Amino acid sequence: MNRGGGHVSALRSFLKSTAQFVIVLMTTLLGLAAVTFFIGRVVPIDPVIAIVGDRAPPQVYERVRTELGLDRPLAEQFVIYVKKAVTGDFGNSVLTTNPVLTDIANVFPATLELATLGTLIGTLFGIPLGVLAAVKRGSLLDQFVRLVGLVGYSVPIFWLGLMGLLLFYAKLGWVAGPGRIDVTYSYLYTPVTGIVLLDTAMQGQWDAFWDAVSHVILPACLLGYFSLAYISRMTRSFMLNELAQEYVIAARVKGLSEMRVIWRHALRNAAVPLVTVIALSYANLLEGSVLTETVFAWPGLGQYITNSLQNADMNAVLGGTLVIGAVFVLLNLVSDLLYRLLDPRTR
Amino acid sequence: MKRLPKFLLSAAMVATMATSFAAVQAATPPDTLVQAWQSDDIISLDPAEVFEFSASEIIGNTYERLIQYDIKDVSKISGQVAESWTVSDDGKTYTFKIRPNKKFASGNPITAEDVVYSIHRAVALDKSPAFILGQFGLTKDNVKDKVKQTGPLEMTFEVDKPYAPTLVLYCLGNSVASIVDKKLLVQNEKDGDWGYNWLKTKYAGSGPYIMRDWKANEVLVLERNPNYEQKTPLARVIFRHIKETASQRLLLEKGDIDIARNLNPEEIAAVSKNPDIQIQSAPKGTVYYLGLNQKNPNLAKPEVRKALKYLVDYAAIADTIMKYKGDVHQNFLPKGFLGAETDNPYKLDVAKAKELLAQAGLKDGFTVTMDTRSTSDITGIAQAMQSTFAQAGIKLEILPMDSKQALTKYRARQHDIYIGNWGSDYQDPNSNADTFAANDDNSDNAKAKPLAWRNAWDPGPLTAKTRAAVMERDAEKRAQMYKELQKAVLDDGPFVIFLQQTEVAAVRKNVKDFVLGPSFSDNDSSKAKKN
Repeated sequence: MNRGGGHVSALRSFLKSTAQFVIVLMTTLLGLAAVTFFIGRVVPIDPVIAIVGDRAPPQVYERVRTELGLDRPLAEQFVIYVKKAVTGDFGNSVLTTNPVLTDIANVFPATLELATLGTLIGTLFGIPLGVLAAVKRGSLLDQFVRLVGLVGYSVPIFWLGLMGLLLFYAKLGWVAGPGRIDVTYSYLYTPVTGIVLLDTAMQGQWDAFWDAVSHVILPACLLGYFSLAYISRMTRSFMLNELAQEYVIAARVKGLSEMRVIWRHALRNAAVPLVTVIALSYANLLEGSVLTETVFAWPGLGQYITNSLQNADMNAVLGGTLVIGAVFVLLNLVSDLLYRLLDPRTR
Repeated sequence: MKRLPKFLLSAAMVATMATSFAAVQAATPPDTLVQAWQSDDIISLDPAEVFEFSASEIIGNTYERLIQYDIKDVSKISGQVAESWTVSDDGKTYTFKIRPNKKFASGNPITAEDVVYSIHRAVALDKSPAFILGQFGLTKDNVKDKVKQTGPLEMTFEVDKPYAPTLVLYCLGNSVASIVDKKLLVQNEKDGDWGYNWLKTKYAGSGPYIMRDWKANEVLVLERNPNYEQKTPLARVIFRHIKETASQRLLLEKGDIDIARNLNPEEIAAVSKNPDIQIQSAPKGTVYYLGLNQKNPNLAKPEVRKALKYLVDYAAIADTIMKYKGDVHQNFLPKGFLGAETDNPYKLDVAKAKELLAQAGLKDGFTVTMDTRSTSDITGIAQAMQSTFAQAGIKLEILPMDSKQALTKYRARQHDIYIGNWGSDYQDPNSNADTFAANDDNSDNAKAKPLAWRNAWDPGPLTAKTRAAVMERDAEKRAQMYKELQKAVLDDGPFVIFLQQTEVAAVRKNVKDFVLGPSFSDNDSSKAKKN
């Protein structure tokens, strides 16, 4: 066949992988919805009480129960839910009374902002630290990196958060306290993206921007530290693996500078599995780090879902879970694509 | 080795730059009161729907009602939007005259039409607090005949039975009877919803403050209402939702907030040593109690009920776990209510309890479970009781669970012992008598589920007495009837009432005249000043 045939097969393979992706996404979400839905219905909590409160008279209680469709069989309730969800209607949250999708659109940018900064910090510091630890294996630096990793793994984040606040906010006054932005600034800009740093910068509200920075920096560093602990550890072990390969010896024999061997050749190969590590750690933070969000009064997804869960607000829990599921699948897809970019063998 | 240090250096520089500028940390603005509280219970800001603590405080500060009471002495009832009122001889028709020249925040005048509309609306919407008006025989179908405008500034309110007038008046002073701006709501009405979908997050009132903005679980902003007669000293009040109490404490000590509303006892003890901070508290209309399910054969024995009342170390609980948060109280009417009994006869007395258990044929004790919400204070109290119960041989198993789960089980009468609290719905003693001392139908399918029903207790003649007390128009006689009811429940009822809640706030010293009232809707920020 000529070149045209090549295009057709490329297109076909593209369509095939797109179709595959859509199927994976759909089945994952449907499975997730089913599990969350049924768990939500079998927990011994009466969702009607969550809505009408404990004192509502019987007729109000009955009316709401019927409105929620709770008098119908479970399977039927699920079908109704899925049908509505497909059209983008995830129901209303009991707690905020808004459509769940609106709520998520409100809280997700806060989490996105924090998670992105956290991952950036974790990656920027975690990879060099991991590489250095691998190169100087057994050295003091290596021990230090391992210690940092160990602490990051084992110390509860809310404790570190509170201690961080105590030191950097209460004692030293370097950063601002809990919250996303000071109330004085919070009405100076109009939320467009919901990401405060972006909104304030785009509208030229620099005072507000810097205030937002001083609010976000501590929780972001904290989350950054945790992803750093993970990323540096993984980088270290990937690098150790690569440094033991023959091509590294070959490169050294060829007389390439050590810098070049490590950063150009070995790291490049270690980068492939690292992408997955970073994507996973990002996805983890995107779920919303409940404890960090609570300590820092950060109105994000984690707080939203936990709060909904505690109040038996099942629509919100379901919607939130589905969003997290979608984020996971999407990030997997992105890391898949990056894989292909970085590693010719997977193309 | 050139690239790496450079890269690390620049990364380090970015990090230092980002952290080193000191945040602009002035104190809160002088014309603004900033409070930190836990407001995740707010589901709506429509007075016809609000039934939660945080939201009722907002309604209290932003709306007015026909009637108000003196928060220092709730028996002193006066008109707020009402200038005066009369009660017909048969005790069934109340006629109110509205104060002239009053305006809503929107600028619309307040007339009898608005008052009538507000009551029609609350009854027709039939949300959680609607029963407070509904108990007077008002329904969707008859409310237009029972509550009528009789002049531009005059209206009548007709009830089905000659109730004690104070009951009717207190209920008209409740947040559900807040007066809403008819014109504004009609403009925002959709498909005959009485403007409900709009008002859930908006504002249509005439109170000292305007509700300017609400972001769920983030912030709620009140602003001075320019049309209110006595202008508030402060231009605005900002309520920040800060879930973590330790964070509230840090913000308060740092001066980034003026008032912290949810500190725990240790945090209060700690901040009270700060010379810039004062502690304020007020008893609330909420009592803590144990509900003893009478379906449990052991708990159904009168001697056992009594024995358990002797097996609580009331003083120790009030002095440690609930320090600042509650005072010993054993009767179902909170202090401050008409007829409230303040005598607390029970003390920890193991010998007496053992004697009672022996009389019940349970010399060696028994095993019983307690459904316990997993909050630190409720768990702490439950553990304290576990140890005192054990002294008389009663093995108490604590079942920790989520509050909604505990409530679901309680409402299905499947518990042994439930540990909980009950807040009055309005300032009249009937609010509590109706639930602790009356039970019209103790069958499993009963429609109403008062606390007596939930504990499967048939109070016998007390139900009739409760119903009679609500009709008694002589305040003194009425108070006496409630005293008798309390005594009966205290002696023999399936409730071990042990505390009355105190609300406490840590306030920076430059804040004056912030008021914590007897109910959450009485917590008043409208007179607060800062110097």
